Amino acid sequence: MKAKVYVKLKPSVLDPQGKAIHHSVELLGFEKVGDVRQGKYFEIALDPGLSSEEAQATAEKIARDVLANPVIEDYSVVID
Amino acid sequence: MKFGVLVFPGSNCDHDAYHVVSKHVGQPVDFVWHRQTDLSGYDAIIVPGGFSYGDYLRAGALARFSPVMNSVKEFAAKGKFVFGICNGFQILCEAGLLPGALMRNSGLHFVCRHVNLRVENGFTPYTEGIQESRVLSIPVAHAEGNYVCDDRTFDSLEENGQIVFRYCDERGEVTPESNPNGSRSNIAGICNLDRNVLGMMPHPERACEDLLGSNDGRDIFRSLANSIDALAV
Repeated sequence: MKAKVYVKLKPSVLDPQGKAIHHSVELLGFEKVGDVRQGKYFEIALDPGLSSEEAQATAEKIARDVLANPVIEDYSVVID
Repeated sequence: MKFGVLVFPGSNCDHDAYHVVSKHVGQPVDFVWHRQTDLSGYDAIIVPGGFSYGDYLRAGALARFSPVMNSVKEFAAKGKFVFGICNGFQILCEAGLLPGALMRNSGLHFVCRHVNLRVENGFTPYTEGIQESRVLSIPVAHAEGNYVCDDRTFDSLEENGQIVFRYCDERGEVTPESNPNGSRSNIAGICNLDRNVLGMMPHPERACEDLLGSNDGRDIFRSLANSIDALAV
Protein backbone atom coordinates (compact mmCIF):
# COMPACT_ATOMS: atom_id res chain seq x y z
CA MET A 1 0.00 0.00 0.00
CA LYS A 2 1.44 3.32 -1.08
CA ALA A 3 0.72 6.84 0.12
CA LYS A 4 1.35 9.76 -2.18
CA VAL A 5 1.84 12.99 -0.30
CA TYR A 6 1.88 16.40 -1.97
CA VAL A 7 3.26 19.36 -0.02
CA LYS A 8 2.84 22.87 -1.34
CA LEU A 9 3.40 26.36 -0.01
CA LYS A 10 0.33 28.12 1.32
CA PRO A 11 -1.07 30.57 -1.24
CA SER A 12 -0.19 33.50 1.03
CA VAL A 13 3.51 32.54 1.14
CA LEU A 14 5.82 33.94 -1.52
CA ASP A 15 7.78 31.30 -3.44
CA PRO A 16 11.10 32.73 -4.64
CA GLN A 17 12.14 29.40 -6.17
CA GLY A 18 8.89 29.17 -8.12
CA LYS A 19 9.45 32.71 -9.37
CA ALA A 20 12.95 31.86 -10.60
CA ILE A 21 11.61 28.76 -12.37
CA HIS A 22 8.81 30.83 -13.90
CA HIS A 23 11.40 33.24 -15.25
CA SER A 24 13.31 30.38 -16.87
CA VAL A 25 10.10 29.03 -18.38
CA GLU A 26 9.47 32.46 -19.90
CA LEU A 27 13.02 32.55 -21.27
CA LEU A 28 12.29 29.20 -22.91
CA GLY A 29 9.59 30.96 -24.91
CA PHE A 30 6.48 30.24 -22.84
CA GLU A 31 5.62 33.88 -22.19
CA LYS A 32 1.97 33.15 -21.48
CA VAL A 33 2.65 30.91 -18.49
CA GLY A 34 1.13 32.83 -15.59
CA ASP A 35 2.87 31.44 -12.55
CA VAL A 36 4.93 28.53 -11.21
CA ARG A 37 4.82 27.28 -7.62
CA GLN A 38 7.30 24.68 -6.40
CA GLY A 39 6.20 21.88 -4.11
CA LYS A 40 7.31 18.45 -2.91
CA TYR A 41 6.05 14.96 -3.65
CA PHE A 42 6.61 11.89 -1.47
CA GLU A 43 5.84 8.20 -1.97
CA ILE A 44 5.57 6.23 1.25
CA ALA A 45 5.40 2.42 1.33
CA LEU A 46 2.97 1.78 4.18
CA ASP A 47 2.42 -1.38 6.17
CA PRO A 48 0.39 -3.57 3.73
CA GLY A 49 -1.73 -4.83 6.64
CA LEU A 50 -3.40 -1.43 7.17
CA SER A 51 -7.01 -0.79 6.23
CA SER A 52 -7.52 2.13 3.86
CA GLU A 53 -8.78 4.29 6.77
CA GLU A 54 -5.70 3.41 8.84
CA ALA A 55 -3.46 4.07 5.86
CA GLN A 56 -5.04 7.47 5.32
CA ALA A 57 -4.69 8.37 9.02
CA THR A 58 -1.07 7.17 9.15
CA ALA A 59 -0.05 9.06 6.03
CA GLU A 60 -1.78 12.22 7.24
CA LYS A 61 0.04 12.05 10.54
CA ILE A 62 3.39 11.60 8.78
CA ALA A 63 2.57 14.50 6.47
CA ARG A 64 1.49 16.76 9.32
CA ASP A 65 4.32 15.94 11.72
CA VAL A 66 7.27 15.52 9.37
CA LEU A 67 6.77 16.27 5.69
CA ALA A 68 5.03 19.64 5.90
CA ASN A 69 5.64 22.66 8.09
CA PRO A 70 2.12 23.89 8.89
CA VAL A 71 3.38 27.47 9.30
CA ILE A 72 4.11 27.77 5.59
CA GLU A 73 2.83 24.63 3.85
CA ASP A 74 -0.36 22.67 3.07
CA TYR A 75 -0.43 18.96 2.23
CA SER A 76 -2.71 16.45 0.61
CA VAL A 77 -2.64 12.65 0.79
CA VAL A 78 -3.70 10.04 -1.77
CA ILE A 79 -3.68 6.33 -0.89
CA ASP A 80 -2.95 3.97 -3.78
CA MET B 1 28.01 28.00 35.11
CA LYS B 2 28.22 25.60 32.22
CA PHE B 3 27.38 25.85 28.54
CA GLY B 4 26.57 23.01 26.17
CA VAL B 5 26.95 23.25 22.40
CA LEU B 6 24.76 20.76 20.51
CA VAL B 7 26.35 18.82 17.69
CA PHE B 8 24.17 17.33 14.94
CA PRO B 9 25.48 15.53 11.87
CA GLY B 10 26.19 18.54 9.65
CA SER B 11 26.67 21.17 12.36
CA ASN B 12 29.66 23.31 11.39
CA CYS B 13 29.66 26.33 13.70
CA ASP B 14 29.86 24.22 16.86
CA HIS B 15 33.59 24.78 17.30
CA ASP B 16 33.21 28.53 16.80
CA ALA B 17 30.57 28.70 19.54
CA TYR B 18 32.71 26.53 21.83
CA HIS B 19 35.73 28.76 21.21
CA VAL B 20 33.82 31.95 22.02
CA VAL B 21 32.34 30.57 25.24
CA SER B 22 35.66 29.24 26.49
CA LYS B 23 37.91 32.08 25.32
CA HIS B 24 35.77 35.22 25.34
CA VAL B 25 33.19 34.42 28.00
CA GLY B 26 35.68 32.39 30.04
CA GLN B 27 33.20 29.69 31.05
CA PRO B 28 33.26 25.90 30.91
CA VAL B 29 31.60 24.38 27.86
CA ASP B 30 30.98 20.88 26.47
CA PHE B 31 30.01 19.56 23.08
CA VAL B 32 26.71 17.67 23.39
CA TRP B 33 26.16 14.99 20.73
CA HIS B 34 22.62 14.94 19.39
CA ARG B 35 21.94 11.45 20.76
CA GLN B 36 22.61 12.56 24.32
CA THR B 37 19.50 13.16 26.43
CA ASP B 38 20.90 14.27 29.79
CA LEU B 39 21.24 18.05 29.94
CA SER B 40 21.43 18.29 33.72
CA GLY B 41 24.39 20.37 34.76
CA TYR B 42 24.02 22.87 31.94
CA ASP B 43 22.76 26.43 32.33
CA ALA B 44 22.61 27.29 28.64
CA ILE B 45 22.44 25.25 25.46
CA ILE B 46 23.69 26.70 22.19
CA VAL B 47 22.13 25.23 19.04
CA PRO B 48 24.83 26.11 16.51
CA GLY B 49 24.84 26.91 12.84
CA GLY B 50 25.54 24.54 9.98
CA PHE B 51 23.58 22.17 7.81
CA SER B 52 22.12 19.62 10.20
CA TYR B 53 21.10 16.51 8.25
CA GLY B 54 22.21 18.29 5.08
CA ASP B 55 19.19 20.62 5.27
CA TYR B 56 17.20 17.70 3.80
CA LEU B 57 13.41 18.19 3.63
CA ARG B 58 13.60 21.71 5.13
CA ALA B 59 16.40 23.44 7.05
CA GLY B 60 16.18 22.20 10.63
CA ALA B 61 13.27 19.85 9.96
CA LEU B 62 15.07 16.57 10.62
CA ALA B 63 17.22 17.77 13.52
CA ARG B 64 14.10 18.33 15.55
CA PHE B 65 13.64 14.54 15.75
CA SER B 66 17.09 13.96 17.25
CA PRO B 67 16.87 12.50 20.78
CA VAL B 68 18.46 15.58 22.38
CA MET B 69 15.64 17.83 21.20
CA ASN B 70 13.07 16.44 23.65
CA SER B 71 15.54 17.22 26.40
CA VAL B 72 16.05 20.71 24.98
CA LYS B 73 12.28 21.28 25.17
CA GLU B 74 12.21 20.20 28.81
CA PHE B 75 15.30 22.30 29.48
CA ALA B 76 13.62 25.39 27.98
CA ALA B 77 10.39 24.69 29.87
CA LYS B 78 12.39 24.95 33.11
CA GLY B 79 13.39 28.49 32.14
CA LYS B 80 16.96 27.61 31.21
CA PHE B 81 18.60 29.32 28.25
CA VAL B 82 18.47 27.97 24.71
CA PHE B 83 20.30 30.03 22.08
CA GLY B 84 19.84 29.09 18.42
CA ILE B 85 22.14 30.59 15.82
CA CYS B 86 21.39 30.35 12.08
CA ASN B 87 20.62 26.65 11.52
CA GLY B 88 19.99 26.58 15.29
CA PHE B 89 17.27 29.23 14.82
CA GLN B 90 15.76 27.14 12.02
CA ILE B 91 15.79 24.06 14.27
CA LEU B 92 14.11 25.93 17.15
CA CYS B 93 11.34 27.13 14.82
CA GLU B 94 10.82 23.63 13.41
CA ALA B 95 10.73 22.25 16.96
CA GLY B 96 8.05 24.75 17.96
CA LEU B 97 10.24 26.45 20.57
CA LEU B 98 9.98 29.68 18.58
CA PRO B 99 7.09 30.79 16.35
CA GLY B 100 7.24 31.18 12.57
CA ALA B 101 9.49 29.62 9.95
CA LEU B 102 12.59 30.43 7.89
CA MET B 103 12.22 30.18 4.15
CA ARG B 104 14.44 30.52 1.11
CA ASN B 105 15.93 34.04 0.82
CA SER B 106 13.75 36.23 -1.37
CA GLY B 107 16.74 36.95 -3.64
CA LEU B 108 17.46 33.19 -3.87
CA HIS B 109 21.19 33.71 -3.23
CA PHE B 110 23.20 32.39 -0.34
CA VAL B 111 24.04 35.64 1.47
CA CYS B 112 27.39 35.75 3.26
CA ARG B 113 28.46 39.18 4.51
CA HIS B 114 28.47 41.52 7.49
CA VAL B 115 25.10 43.11 8.20
CA ASN B 116 23.95 45.72 10.68
CA LEU B 117 21.52 44.72 13.39
CA ARG B 118 19.52 47.06 15.57
CA VAL B 119 18.88 45.87 19.10
CA GLU B 120 15.10 46.16 19.40
CA ASN B 121 14.79 44.92 22.96
CA GLY B 122 17.57 45.58 25.47
CA PHE B 123 15.71 43.80 28.25
CA THR B 124 16.25 40.18 27.31
CA PRO B 125 18.80 37.87 28.94
CA TYR B 126 20.77 38.04 25.69
CA THR B 127 20.85 41.83 25.37
CA GLU B 128 20.76 43.10 28.95
CA GLY B 129 24.31 44.48 28.62
CA ILE B 130 23.62 46.16 25.29
CA GLN B 131 22.02 49.53 24.89
CA GLU B 132 18.70 49.38 23.06
CA SER B 133 18.85 50.76 19.49
CA ARG B 134 22.60 50.12 19.35
CA VAL B 135 23.72 48.91 15.92
CA LEU B 136 25.78 45.71 15.91
CA SER B 137 27.91 44.53 13.00
CA ILE B 138 27.56 40.76 12.70
CA PRO B 139 27.87 38.48 9.67
CA VAL B 140 25.10 36.42 8.10
CA ALA B 141 25.72 33.25 6.06
CA HIS B 142 22.55 31.54 4.94
CA ALA B 143 20.23 30.66 2.07
CA GLU B 144 17.14 30.17 4.23
CA GLY B 145 16.86 33.15 6.54
CA ASN B 146 13.67 34.71 5.28
CA TYR B 147 11.55 34.89 8.43
CA VAL B 148 7.86 34.20 7.81
CA CYS B 149 4.90 34.20 10.18
CA ASP B 150 1.19 34.94 10.03
CA ASP B 151 -0.27 38.31 11.02
CA ARG B 152 -1.45 37.17 14.42
CA THR B 153 1.97 35.80 15.33
CA PHE B 154 3.64 38.97 14.07
CA ASP B 155 1.35 41.19 16.14
CA SER B 156 2.00 39.18 19.28
CA LEU B 157 5.78 39.24 18.64
CA GLU B 158 5.62 43.03 18.42
CA GLU B 159 3.32 43.53 21.38
CA ASN B 160 5.37 41.30 23.64
CA GLY B 161 8.78 42.68 22.70
CA GLN B 162 9.87 39.37 21.21
CA ILE B 163 11.56 40.93 18.19
CA VAL B 164 15.10 41.26 19.51
CA PHE B 165 17.13 42.14 16.38
CA ARG B 166 16.21 43.79 13.08
CA TYR B 167 18.37 44.25 9.98
CA CYS B 168 19.15 47.95 9.54
CA ASP B 169 21.59 50.32 7.83
CA GLU B 170 24.70 51.64 9.55
CA ARG B 171 22.72 54.50 11.09
CA GLY B 172 20.20 52.11 12.59
CA GLU B 173 17.41 52.80 10.10
CA VAL B 174 15.35 49.71 9.29
CA THR B 175 15.15 49.91 5.48
CA PRO B 176 14.21 47.45 2.72
CA GLU B 177 17.74 47.80 1.31
CA SER B 178 19.27 46.58 4.56
CA ASN B 179 17.15 43.42 4.58
CA PRO B 180 19.41 40.64 3.21
CA ASN B 181 16.80 37.91 2.82
CA GLY B 182 13.25 39.30 2.62
CA SER B 183 12.42 38.62 6.29
CA ARG B 184 9.12 40.00 7.45
CA SER B 185 9.65 43.43 9.01
CA ASN B 186 13.46 42.97 8.74
CA ILE B 187 13.36 40.42 11.58
CA ALA B 188 16.82 38.96 12.30
CA GLY B 189 16.20 37.45 15.73
CA ILE B 190 13.30 36.70 18.08
CA CYS B 191 12.79 35.28 21.54
CA ASN B 192 9.97 33.34 23.14
CA LEU B 193 7.48 34.89 25.52
CA ASP B 194 9.56 33.93 28.55
CA ARG B 195 12.70 35.39 26.92
CA ASN B 196 14.87 32.36 27.75
CA VAL B 197 14.87 31.01 24.16
CA LEU B 198 16.44 33.18 21.46
CA GLY B 199 16.99 32.48 17.78
CA MET B 200 18.89 34.66 15.34
CA MET B 201 20.11 34.20 11.76
CA PRO B 202 23.32 36.29 12.03
CA HIS B 203 26.39 34.68 13.60
CA PRO B 204 27.55 36.51 16.75
CA GLU B 205 30.15 33.77 17.33
CA ARG B 206 31.88 34.94 14.14
CA ALA B 207 32.08 38.50 15.45
CA CYS B 208 34.07 38.19 18.65
CA GLU B 209 37.55 39.18 17.51
CA ASP B 210 38.93 42.38 15.93
CA LEU B 211 40.74 40.19 13.45
CA LEU B 212 37.36 39.06 12.13
CA GLY B 213 36.15 42.62 11.56
CA SER B 214 33.92 43.00 14.62
CA ASN B 215 33.70 41.93 18.22
CA ASP B 216 30.09 43.03 18.74
CA GLY B 217 29.03 39.40 19.11
CA ARG B 218 30.84 39.13 22.44
CA ASP B 219 28.29 41.40 24.07
CA ILE B 220 25.49 38.93 23.34
CA PHE B 221 27.39 35.98 24.84
CA ARG B 222 28.49 38.07 27.84
CA SER B 223 24.94 39.29 28.43
CA LEU B 224 23.84 35.66 28.49
CA ALA B 225 26.58 34.76 30.98
CA ASN B 226 25.55 37.70 33.20
CA SER B 227 21.93 36.54 33.05
CA ILE B 228 22.96 33.03 34.13
CA ASP B 229 24.90 34.58 37.03
CA ALA B 230 21.90 36.69 38.00
CA LEU B 231 19.67 33.59 38.09
CA ALA B 232 22.13 31.78 40.35
CA VAL B 233 22.06 34.51 43.02
